[in-house]
Amino acid sequence: MKKEWPLWEIFVRSKNGLEHRHFGSLHAADAEMALENARDVYTRRKEGVSIWVVESKNITATNPDNNGELFEPAQDKVYRHPTFYELPDEVKYM
Amino acid sequence: MSEAQIKILEEQFEARIARDEKIEPKDWMPEKYRKTHIRQMSQHAHSEIIGMLPEGNWISRAPSLRRKVALLAKVQDEGGHGLYLYSATETLGITRDEMFEQLHTGKAKYSSIFNYPTVSWADMGAIGWLVDGAAIINQVPLCSTSFGPYARAMVRVCKEESFHQRQGYEIMVKLAGGAPEQKAMAQDALNRWWWPALMMLGPTDAESVHTAQSMKWKLKRKTNDELRQQFIDQTVPQAELIGLTIPDEDLKWNESKKSYDFGEIDWDEFWQVVKGHGPCNKERMSARINAWENGQWVRDAAMKHAEKEQDRKEKQAV
Repeated sequence: MKKEWPLWEIFVRSKNGLEHRHFGSLHAADAEMALENARDVYTRRKEGVSIWVVESKNITATNPDNNGELFEPAQDKVYRHPTFYELPDEVKYM
Repeated sequence: MSEAQIKILEEQFEARIARDEKIEPKDWMPEKYRKTHIRQMSQHAHSEIIGMLPEGNWISRAPSLRRKVALLAKVQDEGGHGLYLYSATETLGITRDEMFEQLHTGKAKYSSIFNYPTVSWADMGAIGWLVDGAAIINQVPLCSTSFGPYARAMVRVCKEESFHQRQGYEIMVKLAGGAPEQKAMAQDALNRWWWPALMMLGPTDAESVHTAQSMKWKLKRKTNDELRQQFIDQTVPQAELIGLTIPDEDLKWNESKKSYDFGEIDWDEFWQVVKGHGPCNKERMSARINAWENGQWVRDAAMKHAEKEQDRKEKQAV
């Protein structure tokens, strides 16, 4: 029986108050082992206080080929930013 | 896709890199970019993994607890670096098992330096100081390389590598300042590791076939000869400071170019070791293959256990 251990994506919260951030990936037989391996591989120097593991096959991602239609429309919506609006120089606290 | 279309995509791709944009795994990339990165990144990973062997040899014989914890941590880091790099390489569409297969059959190379033996404790000092020193010079520019997963892995690696060099130099400082026998050990280690460390920076520019392409893709920022000069210039004063002598009769400060002139490197030796005729090539490969094969039943058992647990949970849920 030759079967490669599945791949897991590792997310680490570096300290309370911050979000979990993607750190990398690793192979493990199950979720529990993925947590144990992630602790050894990605947090040898106090890099984290909490770890999430997700099996890579469960992540659905956008396709970079569609980046144009997905993300470019935001480029011409400058009116969503405060600097788009003209105010008199005298106005304060806005 | 037609050849003309590919040509346009390639031009757009090169322009992105020239603008310092990063390439991510799912982006379109030329086949050659993918292959070159798989080759370089997997060889880098293999070097970390094989690099654990010469030092692992000394963990149980470290002279003090302080030295032992440091060496253990260093070797564990190297295992970690190998794992970061393997998973970064997998994003390019090669599996971990395929990479191991290439390593074990000799299709993929690893850094030749690890084919030299570690015969005394002072070698732990020389390796940290010189081998990790040369590795840092090679690796720092890769933190800003064009392929995102490689660059991110290298940022992590470089952060950790500095301790490796410092712990090695500390070993040399203590030995060089110790009894005459200890100083002789340090000098002997320097004599044996100096030239192989210089070879780690790669063949001379005239012989290096990948340099131009690698520069374009930011796999390289400086040429091999420039990196070697940098390594020599920063290392010679470190040797002098602790009273050790660089084993090169032609080594001399050149005031006009503000750097050292140095002797001829024995490139025949380099190519012999690359081709598999170094002192420890066979030993390293057999240690690696044995570890992998003897661990097969453990990996299988863990997988079986995971499947059984999954089944049990599903049954309980019914």
